[in-house]
Amino acid sequence: MTELGTNVLGYPILSLVIFLPVAGAVMLLFINRSNAFLIKLMALIVSIATFIISLPLFFRFNMNTYGMQFVESRAWIPAWNVNYALGVDGISVLFVLLSTLITILCVLISWEAITNKLKEFYIAILLVEAAMIGVFCSMDFFLFYIFWEAMLIPMFLIIGVWGGPNRVYAAIKFFLFTLVGSLLMLVGIVVLYTYSGGSFSILELDALTYPYNMQMILFWAFFASFSVKVPMFPVHTWLPDAHSEAPAAGSVLLAAILIKMGAYGFLRFSIPLFPDAAVAMTPVMLTLSVIAIIYGGIVCFAQTDLKRLIAYSSVSHMGFVTLGIFALNTQGLEGGILQMVNHGIITGALFLAVGAIYERTHSREISDYGGLATVTPVFAAFFMIFTLASIGLPSMNGFVGEFLIILGGFAASKIMGVLAATGVIIGAAYMLWLYQRIFFMDEGPKAAGLTDLNGREIAALLPLLVLVFWIGLYPNAFLGFMRVSVQHLIEQVDLAKATALAASMK
Amino acid sequence: MSAYLLIPFLPLFAFFVNILFGRNFIKGQAHWIAVPAVTVSCLVSWVIALKMFMSHDPQIINEDLYTWISSGGFRASVGFLIDQLTAVMLIVVTTVSMLVHIYSIGYMHGEKGYYRFFSFLSLFTFSMLMLVMANNILQLYFGWEAVGLCSYFLIGYYYEKKSASDAGKKAFIVNRFGDFGFGLGIIMIFLTLGTVHYAEVFGSIGTLTGQGIVVLGFQMDVITLIALLLFCGAVGKSAQLPLHVWLPDAMEGPTPVSALIHAATMVTAGVFMVARFSPIFNLSPVAMAVVAVTGAFTAIFAGSIALVQRDIKRIIAYSTCSQLGYMFLACGVGAYGAGIFHLYTHAFFKALLFLGAGSVMHAMGGELDIFKMGGLKKKLPYTYWTFLIATLSISGFPLLAGFISKDEILFLAFASGTTVGKFVWVVGVITAVLTAFYSFRVFYLTFHGEFRSDIEEMKKHAVEHGHDPHHLLHEAPWTMRIPLLLLAFGAVTAGWIGIPAALGGHNKFAHFMEPVVGHPEVHAGHATEYILMALAIAIFIGGLLFARHMYITNRDLADKMAKKFSFAHYLLWNKYFIDELYHFTIIRPTMWVSKSFIVGFSDGKIIEGIVNGVPRAIGQISGFIRHVQNGLVHRYATVMGFAFLAIVAIAFIWR
Repeated sequence: MTELGTNVLGYPILSLVIFLPVAGAVMLLFINRSNAFLIKLMALIVSIATFIISLPLFFRFNMNTYGMQFVESRAWIPAWNVNYALGVDGISVLFVLLSTLITILCVLISWEAITNKLKEFYIAILLVEAAMIGVFCSMDFFLFYIFWEAMLIPMFLIIGVWGGPNRVYAAIKFFLFTLVGSLLMLVGIVVLYTYSGGSFSILELDALTYPYNMQMILFWAFFASFSVKVPMFPVHTWLPDAHSEAPAAGSVLLAAILIKMGAYGFLRFSIPLFPDAAVAMTPVMLTLSVIAIIYGGIVCFAQTDLKRLIAYSSVSHMGFVTLGIFALNTQGLEGGILQMVNHGIITGALFLAVGAIYERTHSREISDYGGLATVTPVFAAFFMIFTLASIGLPSMNGFVGEFLIILGGFAASKIMGVLAATGVIIGAAYMLWLYQRIFFMDEGPKAAGLTDLNGREIAALLPLLVLVFWIGLYPNAFLGFMRVSVQHLIEQVDLAKATALAASMK
Repeated sequence: MSAYLLIPFLPLFAFFVNILFGRNFIKGQAHWIAVPAVTVSCLVSWVIALKMFMSHDPQIINEDLYTWISSGGFRASVGFLIDQLTAVMLIVVTTVSMLVHIYSIGYMHGEKGYYRFFSFLSLFTFSMLMLVMANNILQLYFGWEAVGLCSYFLIGYYYEKKSASDAGKKAFIVNRFGDFGFGLGIIMIFLTLGTVHYAEVFGSIGTLTGQGIVVLGFQMDVITLIALLLFCGAVGKSAQLPLHVWLPDAMEGPTPVSALIHAATMVTAGVFMVARFSPIFNLSPVAMAVVAVTGAFTAIFAGSIALVQRDIKRIIAYSTCSQLGYMFLACGVGAYGAGIFHLYTHAFFKALLFLGAGSVMHAMGGELDIFKMGGLKKKLPYTYWTFLIATLSISGFPLLAGFISKDEILFLAFASGTTVGKFVWVVGVITAVLTAFYSFRVFYLTFHGEFRSDIEEMKKHAVEHGHDPHHLLHEAPWTMRIPLLLLAFGAVTAGWIGIPAALGGHNKFAHFMEPVVGHPEVHAGHATEYILMALAIAIFIGGLLFARHMYITNRDLADKMAKKFSFAHYLLWNKYFIDELYHFTIIRPTMWVSKSFIVGFSDGKIIEGIVNGVPRAIGQISGFIRHVQNGLVHRYATVMGFAFLAIVAIAFIWR
């Protein structure tokens, strides 16, 4: 049995973080639905409490080990050797924190936007939070899969019930895409279980080596699931629909956390479990990433819908993430993981901001806006900062991630690095054009008389703004978390590269 | 904490105060924050620079503040380097910035975005200072992008105007094209040398000599590749061919911005960068030749466009492109010192030209067409005399700043003893003729002859637009006149620090810069230098007289010439159609690919078709199995069933 790791705190912090939102959701059930304020307040308190409880993960994290930390483990279904095993390492810890933070902001931004069935809405939000955190903490494949699928249902409802006019189509598309992918992963998990002689433990499975052909098939089985989630080209088409139809909180959760799970899956499973296959598939992965970067960027020029444009920009930005990950070197991987956090912050913030304005106008058409810099200067300032972060201006978080990714990507493949760098030009062009059409020039039909951001909305955006500059100016505070874990991952990959080299020498 | 940190961080502080409290509290008093901040940073800069200049063994500051990004072997810090090159840049940046700040008090008076204007002016000053004070390439890149951002904000200051917001966006995006190369250059440097800190890069760049690299199937020298990639950034930022298109449009910004950012400081960052990286460029003759030829072509290209334009600010903008070309020309023949010297003198006379133009616009109610001006000499005496000094300086009146620095460039190009040097010298001399002509053309059309507009009409127009008609045809307030006078003083005297030995000077400037940028090879004696100088003076007189003949004594000649050389005029008037070229080769195709190909065809039909087809197929199969199925849960269950079958099958295979 591989040693799971340590828990310095002496109490099951990860279980608390996962189940506090669940408990909150249960408590919401008992609140009278006519008492809207109490429901919202309850959701807010639970989300804030969850965030506070998760903070020791930040302050007490040991940056000098790649081992799992804050671990918990107990037998769950002994007959199948299923364990309730939780833990975080340098790759996952930041996403747990990001999830607990983003949930608060989602509650804040939905405060007045959601009026219909709001009890169910906040229950769904809290359940998504629990499942998301569960995914990042699971150290047992069975548990992981349960969280992975459990997340789908409340998310499906959030889009399908509280979404825009075309919500049902978007929700079903989202559901089917993810589901088909997940099933292939399930196949893969069971294969691993049988091969290992009955273990679901991620760390134990990680310690085994698998035959090359098996690695290949399983790599693609997992890829089916993760690539849909990222989403990578060409399975990205569910994202613009889901994003544009989802309510603001749904878009934020999707952009900030959900689509990170695909990339997280590559880091946690595909690369360490199947390193030979990952190395062999590097050219394919890099190519798909670069296509996503350029393709996703160019599509943005044709968008007339504000949320669709940001959704497609996510495709482009996530292309950077997968490029960095499959560069399989220090800068690429660290940049990739950091960029996952960055993208969560930036795109999360952009969707929050768009949600705030959609609540006033009920229009996503870019041409309905214009001249908002005069009408709503505070909103314009926030949006400008997140726009700049998105196009990678140095001193903001987007730059650090993109720079390291392009550096790593270039080191892995010159041509891919160069092509990826064109994404920086394209990104600047469509984002500034978007900004111009919304905030500059003459006032558009829906611009007149709009009220500026209120205190609640500013409170939702401000934490993200702080993070934009914190990561941008002192990224080492965050890179430090992943440093040792990434190094460990690279050692596993290097071993695979060495065996591949030895095999080719024979 | 060292005193030099005040230089960049005071303006940053002023930015924060004004941007946070300007809209609701400070409003029209924003200059009380911004001006003292930049003044103190200017004073500190002068103290540091003078100390260095006076000392025989100047103390170079090179300190890291903290580690900015560290990942694997990559490390970049926020750190400061103050050597001779930085010292000169500090003087240029803080001095011009301070004068422009003061000028803006009068020029921007009563604007509703007054606080916003001063905020971004401060932020720009901070960014530019971070750029010139960087001790590593990544921080240089930070400053580089940040000045670009401030330029974007300030060009688009009147963001309600489509043309202004278009121009800001264009400047940013065109610069991104250059920065694309610059960024890859930084990456190449790190991957070959393992560091991005100047001292280490310059210390080890020699080890790359002779190493090759394959780029897109071509064998290429590594150092040449690095140098050319870095130069891409300079071409964008300094508006050289073929990325010059943003600078004329940038004149949409308020005039003080044009003076500070688009004449004296930001656009010279490219020249600064090439000089800073002289240890790299020196090792690649190919890259040097590219720099020299790009500079020379831009000089004559932009100079020729300036001959026929009518918009006073755009003419000066093309003139800036052209003068920046001279600076690159100098760097390309190894005369980095001369390039920086011209950068330094140019900052004074070009900022003066712009601020003078601003003063003219102030009196003309915003009019830009020089053919609608004329005879302003009497109405605007301060502006007239200072503008005259700037015109004399740029066209090469003996011993004024512009004469000395331009003369040094041309002499060193001629004396470099290379074919490239001789070639760019010829181009440089022809450009000098153009420069003298178009400069005096603006001068005569604006200040001499008859006033060619209707003052009553202008007053009516001003009232309609809510402006004060009392400004019209009146000299600007003192806050605007003092900067004009101080810059005029600079435009006369700034060159005296670099008077060459041939004229009995010691060229202290070149000696001061030598430790950083070395000194060029000189294959010519004093006799040649005198001949070239005489030629330069002849060119100056010729250009002046021709402009006078055409626009004062013989007013019909200009029209006749335009008719006689109608094709050339058409080409120049339309700026060689470069904007149109980009429109049809880059913008249109990108939009077409986006709209028709991707959205309409590939995303819409192919990908949607395939990926939607899969679930549909699954749905049909499940429907086939059980006829009454139409719910999602059923579909899910069926798929699950199939999946488990597959699992069992696969599991058996591996057993």
